[in-house]
Amino acid sequence: MRHLLYVGLLAACVIGTLPLEFVLHTRVYARWRRLVATVVPVVIVFGAWDLLAVAQHTWRYDDRYLVGVRLPGSLPIEELLFFLVIPTCAVLTLEAVRVRRPSWSIGDEGPA
Amino acid sequence: MSYTALAALAVSGALLLDLAVLRTALVRRKAFWTAYAIVLGFQLLVNGVLTGVHVVRYRSDRIIGWRIAYAPVEDLLFGFAMVTTTLALWVWLGRRSEQRVRGASR
Repeated sequence: MRHLLYVGLLAACVIGTLPLEFVLHTRVYARWRRLVATVVPVVIVFGAWDLLAVAQHTWRYDDRYLVGVRLPGSLPIEELLFFLVIPTCAVLTLEAVRVRRPSWSIGDEGPA
Repeated sequence: MSYTALAALAVSGALLLDLAVLRTALVRRKAFWTAYAIVLGFQLLVNGVLTGVHVVRYRSDRIIGWRIAYAPVEDLLFGFAMVTTTLALWVWLGRRSEQRVRGASR
């Protein structure tokens, strides 16, 4: 079971934030094109950093806690999922703040 | 380059993106800091597990050595840079599509 630790943590992040979309109506997954356009540059830039860090042995991952799928550059598949999941959770959080505090401006509001 | 230097550089880059490139100015908004505080709480938890059980290990000569909830302090800078970059892009894209809608209805 321990090889599911990292992927399980990420799954918990996805499942734990789902109520924001379906109870608070953050409409983040509903605006999936905007979400994809947001996340893709983040995956590229921070994924490149991860690849560099692994190549230079700044950090390394323990296979005992990974499902065992390695991407090019020896990057665990969990790392790619991390760069998809965490930015999505961050956007869900910002949109949840917007729902709960509609008077706080975020900067992309339309005309009132 | 050390993780410490790269992380500091990434924070500067994210601030530059938010304030000067996309001009979203999220770091001047209460909504951003509230969202970031929530994300930070969960980051300390998840990152604490990942670093506490050594899913990921760091070379000691690449980090400054200060740790918060098992995680090197550099991870917090990495997280801040990633979250700020993400949210600045999200808001910028929203503002652009809002302007397109307004332009079309004019």
